[in-house]
Amino acid sequence: MLSRVANSIYWMSRTLERAENVARFIDVNLNLMLDSEALDNNQWGPLVITSGDRALFEKHYGAPTKESVMRFLTFDQTNPNSILSCVFAARENARSIREIISSEMWEQANRFYMLVREAASNDTIFWNPHDFYTEVKLASHLFDGIADATLSHSEPWHFLRLGEMIERADKTSRILDVKYYFLLPTLQGVGSTIDGVQWAALLRSASSFEMYRKRHRRITPQRVANFLILDRHFPRSILFCVARAEESLRAITGTSHNFFSNQAEQRLGQLSSSLNYSKIEEIMASGLHEFLDSIQIRLNQVDDAVCETFFALPSIDSDRNERFQADQHQ
Amino acid sequence: MDLSSYASEGVYDELVDASGNPRAGTKLLYELLGSMPPGELGRFQKAAEAALYRMGVTFTVYGDVQGLEKILPFDIIPRVIGGNEWSMIERGLKQRILALNLFLEDIYSDQKILTDKVIPEELIFSASAYRPQLRGLKVPQGIWCHVTGSDLVRDETGEFFVLEDNLRCPSGVSYVLENRHVLKRTFGAVFETSRIRSVDDYPNRLLEALEYLAPSGIESPTVVLLTPGVYNSAYFEHSFLAQQMGVELVEASDLLVSDGRVLMRTTQGPKRVDVIYRRIDDDFLDPLVFRPDSLLGIPGIMDVYRAGRVALANAPGTGVADDKAVYAYIPKIIDYYLKESPILKNVPTWLCSDPEDRAYVLAHLPELVVKTTNESGGYGMMIGPHSTKAEQDIFRERIQKNPRNYIAQNTLSLSRSPVLVNDHLEGRHVDLRPYNLFGKEIYVMPGGLTRVALRKNSLVVNSSQGGGTKDTWVLKD
Repeated sequence: MLSRVANSIYWMSRTLERAENVARFIDVNLNLMLDSEALDNNQWGPLVITSGDRALFEKHYGAPTKESVMRFLTFDQTNPNSILSCVFAARENARSIREIISSEMWEQANRFYMLVREAASNDTIFWNPHDFYTEVKLASHLFDGIADATLSHSEPWHFLRLGEMIERADKTSRILDVKYYFLLPTLQGVGSTIDGVQWAALLRSASSFEMYRKRHRRITPQRVANFLILDRHFPRSILFCVARAEESLRAITGTSHNFFSNQAEQRLGQLSSSLNYSKIEEIMASGLHEFLDSIQIRLNQVDDAVCETFFALPSIDSDRNERFQADQHQ
Repeated sequence: MDLSSYASEGVYDELVDASGNPRAGTKLLYELLGSMPPGELGRFQKAAEAALYRMGVTFTVYGDVQGLEKILPFDIIPRVIGGNEWSMIERGLKQRILALNLFLEDIYSDQKILTDKVIPEELIFSASAYRPQLRGLKVPQGIWCHVTGSDLVRDETGEFFVLEDNLRCPSGVSYVLENRHVLKRTFGAVFETSRIRSVDDYPNRLLEALEYLAPSGIESPTVVLLTPGVYNSAYFEHSFLAQQMGVELVEASDLLVSDGRVLMRTTQGPKRVDVIYRRIDDDFLDPLVFRPDSLLGIPGIMDVYRAGRVALANAPGTGVADDKAVYAYIPKIIDYYLKESPILKNVPTWLCSDPEDRAYVLAHLPELVVKTTNESGGYGMMIGPHSTKAEQDIFRERIQKNPRNYIAQNTLSLSRSPVLVNDHLEGRHVDLRPYNLFGKEIYVMPGGLTRVALRKNSLVVNSSQGGGTKDTWVLKD
């Protein structure tokens, strides 16, 4: 397939996954605020850190409040990682590859964007935020389901999954990192009510509460970390995502297991092995934050290598290109 | 719905005759419209618009950072053309396209038609779309204008005239296909009984016409559609056609020339391209040939084209036959190359470059339509009867300053077709753009895009100027 098309499909999928995760962060925080009188507005700060846009937020909004954080992460077009920006970018990418993806996928990307744009045009979500964020998550799931059921599982689909899995692994690591960082210092002894509620919220934001319960029942920080990093079956765990990403990458290149033919495969293979042979006790002992930080850096390196290997194109002055495109007619 | 108040009002109406009765081919449709409960058609219209929007059958509104798109305004009531009348149009268009292709072949080789003084040579050499770099070029299968979209109009007597030939890969065919798709859902019952000719195989025929151009010896040629990109107003169509044909949709940056071949950049390395259906203008094809200042396009592609190792559709340089001053000569062109008289007439045209014609035009500005010779899309024109004195003065000055750039035509009273306005029907002026393919043989799509001026009494049907579209039904005999 065309390099440009592969690039678009990869980023379409990454940005939709990102939008979904932002909705998760916010939704779970909203729930948490309803549950607990012990929490104050400070709980909105970590959200901005999770999404990695703290500096931009502080520049425009100052102190984090419920409304300012929600606005920033949901509708702010100057924030490239807001839900609106992500869904817009995904739709633009989808539009540029409409002939590659199924028309059902395009329609869903289009509907998804309309849903968010419509919500951005009025303030009703601040009255009933839960419904909106649920709709966002569902719209993303629907897109995934449609893609799975209508797009041939060949090269485009593998680029789609590669983008989705790399993004999801990154977001799971960030959810865990930030929550862990903020939760631990305030621990009033493992097993207290507040603690239980908070860890449950963390699991919920990764849609993993029920699955975790089935597997581990009692909530302890170490087990939660183990579940979100190393579980082999839970579809949002880092190890699971990295393994699926590796499968797709190998399907694209046709390289067999334990070999590599380019830098993307090498880096992803290295990351996957180190996760496969890790134990949670060792991770905790040498510092969870440091470990998660290195995961994020390595995922970025994989992303760089994927771009370099498959998408690299000579750059074109984008402004000029846009004018040129608009000028052609008959 | 009560149709008794719908009347032709002295104009040729596509649905009813002068006494208000349905025309031969429109009876079924007329009865169906009449039998619909009030509001039903409006609901259909809304549902159809929602479907088009959801399918993304849209064009881009420039300068909107939100990437806002609009659906092309669409009217639910189809326009019907009888089988006999259609076969005349079909023969007329085939004749015209055949002659235009011979004309292009001649203009870019021996220029016999100029030597024989059928057309003044300065008219050709001064045409802005004439490309002298192409002299001597041999195009694949001798075909220049593979895809054309002729604009036809009817006058008050009901006779069809050709208004423009559009030989530079005209857009709009995707709307024909999507409009039909939507209408089939709405008027299913009429489709069952009316014997409406199908337009659905257009993408298939387009692909065949393109594959026909592939360099010889290539068994399964790689065809691509070259688009300016996602910001182009016709992007939806490019993507739609690529998808329907199952070919790659490429941008110029996806292509490169290497070792005398055109290649596209893929995730598995470079891949050879054999045929390019290009939807970008000549000027931006190859910066080495047409626009040295342009960084865009595919440097070197014209060399590969000349060497016969890649085919382009349409061929570069076809715009010269689109020049509105050259248009005036098309009856002579048909006569010169085919020794036939034109089946479809031209609209009588005055060339402002001709002193006598010019004098007539300047004396009759309030009655005539004045057009710029190398503009399309309804731009650069003045409709005399709808113009102010000030506008006429501007055009008078422009014509005197640069007569070669202007022509004038009689103001036609275009035929009308009913559109739904709130809960009743009103007549609006329409034209018709059938799409034609020149491959192994010439194919004229039975139907085409009926463009409708949605503003009351307006004669301008272009989508950029408040025009909409309708489905066009051509009946079998």
